[in-house]
Amino acid sequence: MHDSMLPSVPRDYVPMLLVPALMLAMLPLVGSMPTWVTLSAAGLAMGMMIFIMSSGLTLVFGLMDVLNFGHGAFVSVGAFAATIVLVPMQGWMEADSLGMNLAALGLAIAMAMAVTAVLGWVFERVIIMPVYGQHLKQILITMGGMIVVEQLIHVVWGADHKPMPLPTALRGAIVLGDAAIEKYRLLAVAVGVLVFVVLTLVLNRTKLGLLIRAGVENGEMVEALGYRIRRVFVAVFAAGSALAGLGGVMWGLYKETLTASMGGEVMVMIFITIIIGGLGSIGGCFIGALLMALTANYAGFLAPKLALVSHIVLMIAILLWRPAGLSRK
Amino acid sequence: MTDALLKLSGVHAHIGEYHILQGVDLAVPRGGLAVLLGRNGAGKTTTLRTIMGLWQASAGKVEFNGRDISKLRTPDIAQAGIAYVPESMAVFSDLTVRENLYLAARSGPMDTARLEWIFSFFPALKKFWNYPAGNLSGGQKQMVAIARAIIEPRELLLIDEPTKGLAPAIIQSLAEAIRQLKGQATVLLVEQNFNFVRQLGDTVAVMDDGRIVHSGSMAELAADRALQERLLGLALDSHQ
Amino acid sequence: MLNTLLSGDLPRSRALSVLLLLVVLGLALAPFITTGARPLNTAATICIYIVLVASYDLLIGYSGIVSFAHTMFFGIGAYGVGLGFDSPAPSWGPMMLGLAAALALTLVLAFVIGLFALRVRAIFYAMITLAVASSFAVLASQMSGWTGGEDGKTFDVPDLLSPANEFGEFMGRILDGKVLTYYIVFFCAVLIFLALLRIVNSPFGRVLQAIRENEFRAEALGYRTVVYRIAANCIGAVAAALAGALMALWLRYVGPRTTLGFEVMTDILLIVVIGGMGTMYGSVIGAALFILANNYLKSLMAKAAGAVAGVPLLETALHPDRWLLWLGILFILAIYFFPSGIVGKFRQKASLPGT
Repeated sequence: MHDSMLPSVPRDYVPMLLVPALMLAMLPLVGSMPTWVTLSAAGLAMGMMIFIMSSGLTLVFGLMDVLNFGHGAFVSVGAFAATIVLVPMQGWMEADSLGMNLAALGLAIAMAMAVTAVLGWVFERVIIMPVYGQHLKQILITMGGMIVVEQLIHVVWGADHKPMPLPTALRGAIVLGDAAIEKYRLLAVAVGVLVFVVLTLVLNRTKLGLLIRAGVENGEMVEALGYRIRRVFVAVFAAGSALAGLGGVMWGLYKETLTASMGGEVMVMIFITIIIGGLGSIGGCFIGALLMALTANYAGFLAPKLALVSHIVLMIAILLWRPAGLSRK
Repeated sequence: MTDALLKLSGVHAHIGEYHILQGVDLAVPRGGLAVLLGRNGAGKTTTLRTIMGLWQASAGKVEFNGRDISKLRTPDIAQAGIAYVPESMAVFSDLTVRENLYLAARSGPMDTARLEWIFSFFPALKKFWNYPAGNLSGGQKQMVAIARAIIEPRELLLIDEPTKGLAPAIIQSLAEAIRQLKGQATVLLVEQNFNFVRQLGDTVAVMDDGRIVHSGSMAELAADRALQERLLGLALDSHQ
Repeated sequence: MLNTLLSGDLPRSRALSVLLLLVVLGLALAPFITTGARPLNTAATICIYIVLVASYDLLIGYSGIVSFAHTMFFGIGAYGVGLGFDSPAPSWGPMMLGLAAALALTLVLAFVIGLFALRVRAIFYAMITLAVASSFAVLASQMSGWTGGEDGKTFDVPDLLSPANEFGEFMGRILDGKVLTYYIVFFCAVLIFLALLRIVNSPFGRVLQAIRENEFRAEALGYRTVVYRIAANCIGAVAAALAGALMALWLRYVGPRTTLGFEVMTDILLIVVIGGMGTMYGSVIGAALFILANNYLKSLMAKAAGAVAGVPLLETALHPDRWLLWLGILFILAIYFFPSGIVGKFRQKASLPGT
């Protein structure tokens, strides 16, 4: 037969190289190694947190063709829900023991993710399902949902800013030669990488992941194979909301203050991340988030006035190269 | 007449404002291969999609094994024992051949003996087992689509224009595959390639403008050129 | 004659017509049926928001475009006038220059954004406009040398419009520069609104609606949908900028919070949905109701909160600061149950047999 040659499976390496390439390119521009280390660490940490917050949204959009403009609300709720654990466990947080700090933090994260998963499930049933397929209404109604949830945060937790201090063992920085890297940033990077690895494993090695990947391509065919894809949708939405909640806790600790609108404030960065990454792609989202955060940090140092539009410039640059995002050629 | 595994009675389907199926009556006998012929736009694909629940019938009844499946949703229809090979093949490009079949084998691990049987007429699948299905040629994708439908025994196979755009050698493999399937499953095959179906089909129904305008045995239609011309506009000796 | 004035787009419901008439008359006679500065301020804000929301309705209701960049154009118009007047001796010349520059910038931005982004799906367009608008807002706060930063800029207006310029009295209200300003705002608002009404009822407007309904078919019929959308985008943007100019003229202040903030965008969305998308009149009724409620309903909420003092969650939920909570719930209910808003409900009732 004429196809005796196996087709090569082209692996798309270029996007993976962008992050290290950017970091290396910036080194001569920044000039000093310690500053570069600090900026890079800050960028990586922030990028990881944005990745965590965005991962759920990109999966939901890729799979269900639903864009939840209210996604930011889950970020905020996650952060506030963490205080349910952190306030009574203040002692553990203030103790100078990494073990106790991490234990308290772990419980807080579990609480945040549980609350946001349930909220996500409710949100999907009440707000999203009725307007399935109608994009205009989806945009409007999810925005309405966000407004209501934000206001409910005020009702439940009070209208003011809430402090969220870092646990004692995670304060301060590790010093490497001349450079200082904040300890919390290391944790953020570790958590981000962990989330990425877990998501990638689930998507590539489990049947659920298979269903999601197939569903992103052709939901109808998945149903024709006998699977109730609606259940997968709801599960993914709840999981995506839980991830946003996790991101919210991390972000809240990073800023050390919580406000009801904190999620709404990062929505623009989240949207840019998922557009850059390509909708439905976890890998693209990962790279996109890191690129965006690194660019913002480097720009903040090199050209402060430009820093705020650096997101847009990055987005335009990438879209000109790959209009459907990094993950799609 | 052998009992009908699948029976459509007075099925209407509307897509938007278009009235596509205008009262389809079709009976697919158990154990045979029924062919649905008709020119483009006659409503053949819509019929299959309506059976599969991808479109909702606006009127009429679809019965499978005596059970009314008209109001069921697609996953439940599939679970009842119907497999669908759409015109677009709908293979999951990002998934490997193995993963495509793995998804289709919803009852459990894939039966190795059955897999070997599939490889016997679709050797390319074995070769490209770990390759993303999107990298395969059209003919090979069609093999994946059909393999998905037969990886586990199903009672009814709905196959939509499998030979469209394929090279003659691949069409041979497909014919062989379908011939081997005939023993185990009932098949409803939509085709425009008469040559392909005349040896395989037991019964034939011709569709035009959303209605069945002729049904009978394949042998009868194959022998009657005048009937062919009347129904399908030309003598069907030609390839598609 | 009324038909021509309203470009053939009549209210089509007696109740609606009465309501509209009330609103228009109320606004027209505001200085004379109210006393003090606050009601006049409310009236002026209503006029401005009517134009702002009507221009948004052109996009969302008639063209099916969801844009989050609208407040950006509102802000540009406001800053144009504000910066134009910003001098020790404010005069009309520089203001007109500022306005012209603002309108030019608006057109260019609307055109570029439309060109770049209107060919993509609605959801992408929404996200991109959100990103652009928020960057613009941050930029405006940053360039504080020019724009006065976060706090904005107060400025004076020419003596003609100043409250010190008193030239008479009528029905208890002293006729001064402020009243004059009010009528400038009122008449400009009326003109712009009628112009928008004319546009949506013209052949151009009908094509927009056809595109909104079924873009594919419109393309098949030979209409270059991208061109129409970009045009709608530009028209809506310019109208929003003009509304911004009026706002600056009235408030004698420009600042990011009153123009570029997300709160304004939220308000526009709430009004257009509750008033009725795709009706134009929805913005009139909606804006009037919203601004009135915003100003006067809150004290009602405070009283209600006082009445349930002690009941934990309920008290905080009824606190006037939680005004948006109830509005948000109403918004969601509106999208489910009456997607054509108040105007749509009125018209529905009117067309029922026997009414």
